[in-house]
Amino acid sequence: MELVTPSIGLVFWTALAFICLLILLRKFAWKPILGAIHEREQFIDDALNKAELAKQEMARLTSQNEDLMKQARAERDEILKEAKILKDSIVNEAKTSAQTEGAKLIEKARVEIENQKKVALAELKGQVSTLSLEIAERVLRSQLDDKAKQQDLVNSLLKDVELN
Amino acid sequence: MDCSHVFEFKFNKLIVVFALFSAFLFTKVNAFAQVDTAKVVHDSVVVAEPHAAAAAHGEEKFEPTKVIMEHIADSHMWHLWGHTSLPLPVILYTPNGLELFSSAHFHHGEEDYKGAHHTYRLVEDKVKIVGADGKIDEAISASVIDFSITKNVAAMFVAIFVILSIFISVANAYKKTVGKAPKGLQSLVEPIIIFVRDDIAKPNIGHKYAKFMPYLLTTFFFIWINNLLGLVPIFPGGANVTGNIALTFVMALGTLIIVNINGNKYYWKHIFMPDVPWWLYPIMIPVELIGIISKPFALMIRLFANITAGHIIVLSLISLIFIFETLAIAPVSVAFVLFMDVLELLVAFLQAFIFTLLTALFIGMAVEEHH
Repeated sequence: MELVTPSIGLVFWTALAFICLLILLRKFAWKPILGAIHEREQFIDDALNKAELAKQEMARLTSQNEDLMKQARAERDEILKEAKILKDSIVNEAKTSAQTEGAKLIEKARVEIENQKKVALAELKGQVSTLSLEIAERVLRSQLDDKAKQQDLVNSLLKDVELN
Repeated sequence: MDCSHVFEFKFNKLIVVFALFSAFLFTKVNAFAQVDTAKVVHDSVVVAEPHAAAAAHGEEKFEPTKVIMEHIADSHMWHLWGHTSLPLPVILYTPNGLELFSSAHFHHGEEDYKGAHHTYRLVEDKVKIVGADGKIDEAISASVIDFSITKNVAAMFVAIFVILSIFISVANAYKKTVGKAPKGLQSLVEPIIIFVRDDIAKPNIGHKYAKFMPYLLTTFFFIWINNLLGLVPIFPGGANVTGNIALTFVMALGTLIIVNINGNKYYWKHIFMPDVPWWLYPIMIPVELIGIISKPFALMIRLFANITAGHIIVLSLISLIFIFETLAIAPVSVAFVLFMDVLELLVAFLQAFIFTLLTALFIGMAVEEHH
């Protein structure tokens, strides 16, 4: 029976000791320990969340990059195509313009040649007339050495004038 | 309240151990019976022989019950070895005033000590007042309140010292290594603290658990460390602290107070206006009122009985050697004691765990919100 009868002294000391222990541990042990554990858990949770977010961000960026690349590639192709067309058109244009220019030059040359020919012909005509006048003069001179012949000529010339 | 989660809790493996434990208990009971019969046989043999034979040996007869009970009970001296004991202070509150002296004055109960107010004698490790006629004065002795630092109190102080040094150093380690991984003693203690928090407090109390964590942790480690120190056979262990009804009474009283202080209106409604037809109230209300007391009472008895039983079994096994008066039995005894000690290690943890778990459960029932 003595075994199951709590003695007052022991009850007193146990209660006192336990309350002291509770207060001391609460202040000096449980508060810092639980606080630190809680903080660490919070920190780990945060870090995990952040890592997850970063992963998502990475995925997003990667897909974005890919899109950009695709876009850039498409743009490049477009530009190349345009450049080709432009080149072709420029070449064609050059060709046509060269042709027209050439044709124009040829025409000009032809006109020039024509002009030169006309000038040359006119000059030639002048010279021919001068030459023929000179010849005619010499011929006439030679023929007009006697008076009879001069008279004849004057007469014939006068006849012509009358005719006119 | 749905209590099923308590039983789902990681018990599958423990059930196996429990089965072993109960199976072993049966054999132990048998062993106990054998001890008793052995003792009876031994006694009868002794009785049959002339007393002179025993006297001739020059040895006193070995009484296992006395030895075991002496160990189980509290004492004014802390037995170290052989005839050496550590004297402990005796503090008495007598009707005439306070008395303070060392228990060494009793010389193991062989001498009386004349204090300031009375003369004291140690009878069966109890301090009694000796009257003028040299006989014990029971009337005055009954009025004396014994506040002595007994073996259990001293052992409890040792345990408290151990607990404080462990946890304050761990707390300092946390302050030093903020945000870093725990190491050393920290990493030993942290999983247990998290176990108490995540497996005892949170599932039973719910989101209000934080308020009760200091009490639950203190209870858990106080019981556990005291249990473990009780298993150490040499000084400063070996005292039957948690196997003393006074200690378990205080612990259970703590639970009773903390549960009822924190009980909300639903808790009290459940007690005074339970959901039963009104004419059942004369039965239900007393039953519920008894329930308030019986829950911590069960805690008190469970811890006391488990730890005391463990100590008794170990001591009984050791006593076998002296009962049979042969060394041949020693290997058997030692093997069984080894087994028991390992089992007691489990029981030490388990009892601390169950006490804390049930306290958390009762708190949870008291603070639960009904919607």
